[in-house]
Amino acid sequence: MAEKEVRLMKGNEVIAHAAVRCGCDGYFGYPITPQSEVMETLMELKPWETTGMVVLQAESELASINMVYGGAATGKRVMTSSSSPGVSLMSEGMSYLAACELPCLIVNCQRGGPGLGTIQPSQGDYFQACKGGAHGDFHLIVLAPASVQEMHDFVDLGFELAFKYRNPAMILADGAIGQMMEKVVLAPQKARRADAEIEAEYGSWACCGKGTRRERNICTSLEMQSEKMEKINFHLNEKYKAIEAAEARWEQIDCDDADYVLVAFGSSARICSATVELARAEGIKVGLMRPITLYPFPSEPLAAMCRRGVKGFLSVELNAGQMVEDVRLAVDGKSSVAHYGRQGGMMFTPDEVLEALKSNFIK
Amino acid sequence: MKETLIIAGFGGQGVLSMGKILAYSGVMQGCEVTWMPSYGPEMRGGTANVTVILSDRRISSPIAGEFDSAIILNQQSMDKFESKVKAGGVLIYDTNGITHAPTRTDIEIYAIDAAAECARTGQAKMFNTMILGGYLKVKPIVDMANVMTGLKKSLPERAWRMLPQNEEAIRHGGEIIRKIR
Repeated sequence: MAEKEVRLMKGNEVIAHAAVRCGCDGYFGYPITPQSEVMETLMELKPWETTGMVVLQAESELASINMVYGGAATGKRVMTSSSSPGVSLMSEGMSYLAACELPCLIVNCQRGGPGLGTIQPSQGDYFQACKGGAHGDFHLIVLAPASVQEMHDFVDLGFELAFKYRNPAMILADGAIGQMMEKVVLAPQKARRADAEIEAEYGSWACCGKGTRRERNICTSLEMQSEKMEKINFHLNEKYKAIEAAEARWEQIDCDDADYVLVAFGSSARICSATVELARAEGIKVGLMRPITLYPFPSEPLAAMCRRGVKGFLSVELNAGQMVEDVRLAVDGKSSVAHYGRQGGMMFTPDEVLEALKSNFIK
Repeated sequence: MKETLIIAGFGGQGVLSMGKILAYSGVMQGCEVTWMPSYGPEMRGGTANVTVILSDRRISSPIAGEFDSAIILNQQSMDKFESKVKAGGVLIYDTNGITHAPTRTDIEIYAIDAAAECARTGQAKMFNTMILGGYLKVKPIVDMANVMTGLKKSLPERAWRMLPQNEEAIRHGGEIIRKIR
């Protein structure tokens, strides 16, 4: 079957294929390195001729995210993608989407910052993605792919989680995962949801045309009465608690007997998985804990490793130390935690990570 | 089997597409593959490089500190990557533009005059496939039938009319590569 064909593709190209195949209704974006292949590939695929999916190059990132806002308000599966500086421009829209409890997918193919920074890979937007990233108390659901296949799989998963919780979801990738080619198996084509299905499933909130069937729905983030606004906040908090309880995802490699554990996500996790092989070859018992969801952060498996007696955790990130704060919260003082990072678009090699592990824990 | 290869030269020499042909050949052979383009600060210097890994097993890091093989197509890349070849590894270089030949004695060194050969025959576009042919002669890690399928898969349909010339260039590259030591 052609559907099972193994293809060789860039992470960014795969995002486009996966969007079409999971029945996405609309993509709105603005080009920026290193994620421009997403929209380029969509334009080549011309899904408006097959599935009817809309692909639109907006005039700016602000326009893109607000087109997503509008599309999401009608119950459609809509998405955008950008890279770090462009995502900053979208942050106001994300806050509004979260406030209105609208599902959508945002892909951030991170590059180095701050400012315009560099076009090379970075994981410097962890705080932005996981700690709100815009004004007000809110969370995105954040997925961190570590392979081209996961870039594919997380498009559909991101939409599923976004609709399950009526909350914006983000794929937090980076320039390395976006530009790298690997084998990928594309999913079969799913049908886009028909208007009647949207009305049936999301008619309680989506502005999809009420006819004479019901009262109109209103998507707004404005509430002038503090008593009512706080109730909205409490409702959101309950939702985030439910997400934290149910949706944490992670992968553990060689952690069962590990004395030391590397904690890394995305492209860093790929590099660290080779560090585990190097360390084990030297007789050092090292494991890798890879958070797949960054929000919700998988704290419990780290706490369990502390209880088992892991001597040290090294949070390995392409930044100055961001996820390490969540690792420290999870470890809660019960073991040693250190950070190793590179910045500015520089990437570490597996042996550099091993050296960092040794210098921190094995004196 | 695991082969970690760096291909490095100038932008425009077909470095990235050579890597893609090899990677797709690996896919056809049923290997795990990664293709990681120069996406670091080095690409600001006018050089282009790509790390291609082919393996029987799941590939952990797509980024490597040292390589089983290196294909070097300019002096800057020689300066940067000669020292990164593993002891016992292979370094292949095109002689064009190389002012300082490699000096290591603990690796196998091969030279290929593909740039000169392409200039002689007037087929500059065959440069990268000729180099690839030389590499595959030294390191026959994929069957030639899979290379030909990989070549076709990695080219857009509009370029398929160039397949016979590229196949010939791959064969010819195998003929003209020579061992230095």
